[in-house]
Amino acid sequence: MDYEIVIGLEVHCQLLTETKIFCGCSTHFGNPPNQNSCPVCTGMPGALPVLNRKVVDFAVRAGLATACEIIPNSVFARKNYFYPDLPKGYQISQFELPICVDGYLDIEVEEATKRIGITRIHMEEDAGKLVHPEHEHGVSYVDYNRACVPLIEIVSEPDMRSSAEAVAYLKALRDIVVYLGVCDGNMEEGSFRCDANISLRRWGAPELGTRAELKNMNSFRNVQRAIEYEVERQRDILDGGGLVVQETRLWNVDRGISMSMRGKEEAHDYRYFPDPDLLPVVVDEAWVESVRQSLPELPALKRQRIVADYAIPIADVEVLTADRAMADYFEAVVKLFAQPKAVANWIMVELMKFLNEDKTSITQCPITPQGLAELLSLIDEGAISGKIGKQVFSQMYSAADNDPRQMVEAQGLAQMSDAGELATLVDEIVAANDDKVKEYQQGKVKLFGFFVGQVMKQTKGQANPQMVNQLLKEKIG
Amino acid sequence: MELYNCSLEELWQRLEQGEVSSLEVTRSVFGRIAAVDDTIAAYLETDEKGALAQAEAADECRRKGEKTTPVTGIPLGLKDLLSTKGLKTTCASRMLADYRPEYDATVVARLREAGAVITGKLNMDEFAMGSSTENSAIKATRNPWDLKRVPGGSSGGSVAAVAAATAIATLGSDTGGSIRQPASFCGVVGMKPTYGRVSRYGLVAFASSLDQIGPVTLTVADAALLLGVIAGHDKRDSTSVDLPVADYYGALKKDIKGLKIGVPKEYFGAGLDPEVEAAVRLGCSQLAASGAQLDDVSLPHTDYAVATYYLLATAEASSNLARYDGVKYGFRADDADGLLDMYRKTRAQGFGDEVKRRIMLGTYALSSGYYDAYYRKAQQVRTLITRDFDKVFADCDVLVSPVCPTPAFAFGEKVDDPLSMYLSDILTIPVNLAGLPAISVPCGFTKAGLPIGLQIIAKPFAEETLLRVAWHYEQLAGWSGHRPTLAGEAV
Ligand SMILES: [Zn+2]
Repeated sequence: MDYEIVIGLEVHCQLLTETKIFCGCSTHFGNPPNQNSCPVCTGMPGALPVLNRKVVDFAVRAGLATACEIIPNSVFARKNYFYPDLPKGYQISQFELPICVDGYLDIEVEEATKRIGITRIHMEEDAGKLVHPEHEHGVSYVDYNRACVPLIEIVSEPDMRSSAEAVAYLKALRDIVVYLGVCDGNMEEGSFRCDANISLRRWGAPELGTRAELKNMNSFRNVQRAIEYEVERQRDILDGGGLVVQETRLWNVDRGISMSMRGKEEAHDYRYFPDPDLLPVVVDEAWVESVRQSLPELPALKRQRIVADYAIPIADVEVLTADRAMADYFEAVVKLFAQPKAVANWIMVELMKFLNEDKTSITQCPITPQGLAELLSLIDEGAISGKIGKQVFSQMYSAADNDPRQMVEAQGLAQMSDAGELATLVDEIVAANDDKVKEYQQGKVKLFGFFVGQVMKQTKGQANPQMVNQLLKEKIG
Repeated sequence: MELYNCSLEELWQRLEQGEVSSLEVTRSVFGRIAAVDDTIAAYLETDEKGALAQAEAADECRRKGEKTTPVTGIPLGLKDLLSTKGLKTTCASRMLADYRPEYDATVVARLREAGAVITGKLNMDEFAMGSSTENSAIKATRNPWDLKRVPGGSSGGSVAAVAAATAIATLGSDTGGSIRQPASFCGVVGMKPTYGRVSRYGLVAFASSLDQIGPVTLTVADAALLLGVIAGHDKRDSTSVDLPVADYYGALKKDIKGLKIGVPKEYFGAGLDPEVEAAVRLGCSQLAASGAQLDDVSLPHTDYAVATYYLLATAEASSNLARYDGVKYGFRADDADGLLDMYRKTRAQGFGDEVKRRIMLGTYALSSGYYDAYYRKAQQVRTLITRDFDKVFADCDVLVSPVCPTPAFAFGEKVDDPLSMYLSDILTIPVNLAGLPAISVPCGFTKAGLPIGLQIIAKPFAEETLLRVAWHYEQLAGWSGHRPTLAGEAV
């Protein structure tokens, strides 16, 4: 039978604040266990939480970027459950009154735009991490460095109808939070995590089917695979006349299957209630407005504008705008060297190759937009060839030298464009290779390259290639 | 008079004038502890070595003419739920029997900063849950006025220490009457400041929206002095309020003529001991005679306060006490098999009966399907109770009532009947629900020689008025400063 697939996503974003949500401890990743901890984030008796204002700022940013309404008096609530990584025995989260509600995100799927509703965004603290040492049987340790690190949870409406839509939504959402600078979007390291609620229903049925919640998918690819697996699993059950059970399932990456983690009966009763240690979060109009003013251009709009302003292919724009800093870099170069396509090519081919090799980001790039623009101008003027340009680029990159003009001069790399000099050289080479000229003229056209190569060899690659071609054609036909 | 018998105010003045040294005062207090604390059992732990060092430092400070405060060099005791760095903070629970905090509560830090001498940690009902200190997992504190009776609770140790002169003053905490009720049972002054007036940072939480730290002292002036040191905004406690701290002591003697005093009729209802009623009524007329104006007022939702309190306080407690799970600090059952079993056994063995009872009540009140009927409803009633006070305070400056319907009861009298124990807080609980400041001032003795307390309640953050009325009453009535005669002492 044919079913409609219904998917809703819950996304947790670890926020890029310097300090934790309720204490002054550092959020720096990778410190020795429990170094980033204090009485507050380890749940010592009597310690009290104090809200980090920056977290509210980030949540409001995310809310405004997804067209949410900002709630002026949102409330922190305690979510009560026992687990060793949760030092207080409750997680401070938001429940009845989250900070953002009722937004949406437009996604592109198969050349069409679809609007996905966002139910809510709320702030909460992360839990610590359990460490199970291999060689100590029956012993576990807890590392509270991550405890109390700020998160926002973004909950979508069940508006997605395929795994492709789910992935498109997730990608668009990640783009946004990364652009906003609130989250680094790293799925592998878990700073951007996603749970999926999936159900099937017969076409046209008004009510939703029973859903399963999927956890533990740490890449876009896994989200897609896990959803597809789950859809098939539920389809088989329904086709066989069975009933889908409400449960939480864990995706097993290695085996490519999901397994039940807990059923509805074992579901926690979290006993949410307003946290009496924290006052309602008051976000007035002025605060919202100041955040709105500080919002960057969001990825979708930026893409549209770049396509329109610079007339370069959409595929290139997507690469260039995947990272806000990269897009800024591109635009900065174009401002100084107004050939967008050439700039795009140099960034995507040369620059990205170097950055990838160094595993670094555009923000760490040793070549400034000014330096790159200058280099492109040198090529455009014909002062150096494209080939020499690449060589200069490499030197600029490794020496962090942004004066290519000086570099070309000092090393005598300028292109040889003197027609007389080149003509003499061509004459010499033709004369010295009499037999090859004959072969060429008898139809072995491939040999043209041989003559070009000889010229380049003699000029250490500095001969102007267009002129060499022209001179050779005149000489040997 | 022995130094340990002096009020904080008197010692402050004598220290400032160089008549006595803090070392002498501190030695006197520790001598007193050695003499009577075996009998009273107010202390869970004393820190004589630390105290003497602090006393020397205070004397040094005065010798050098450095800035001092009213508590510089004064020996003060702390209820054992105030975190003290390096000094055990047990909450009178098996769960925290060996727990030594790595930080000082804000009030403790302020006392240290002000040069106070910390004598030690005082007994209480386990996690402040109780009205008699009988729920301490460690020992039973006796009422210095009658050793067969309870000192009240939960700050029983803090109050008995002041009554027995084993500390010049102490700090307690008041969630539903835990300072005022024992103060009335032991004939001393006990004050609960407005919610938010004193930082709760480092106070081991029972019910976060109700808990407040306050002074227990021999006189109202002492309470004013001590409050002045601990009050004020703390950025570590989001619920502490950023309002200036008045000169409470300096304002005590201002006139109370024309002040309007409300007498809530619901606080003089059935179950009120006739001797208590007579003493409090007499107190009211003494205040009237000094120029204050008495008015009968009504707080119609009073009857719902105890039920409301036991839903909200237990709900918060069920969550606040979840952290005692055997993972990070405190007691861990050693016969556990696996994580779940560790949780179960640790909490089953680590908590006493009353704590478990309240955790279960609170868990129930928050459970899915019951939340609206219990927790949410209780919050709504709390609002109604607060509005009752708002209305009355539109016309009155303060309210006067008994603190507790009865004087101190005997050990064992109520332990098996939690409901009747809960009802002993009926006149103090509404104040916590509304977050108001209130004080218990001695107002006489029963024929059997048991102290009686008079409660004065003021508007939010009107501690200055509250203390002023209390001070005037104290001057008129003259019941403060009386000392019980303990076994072995000359009568
Ligand atoms: Zn911390």
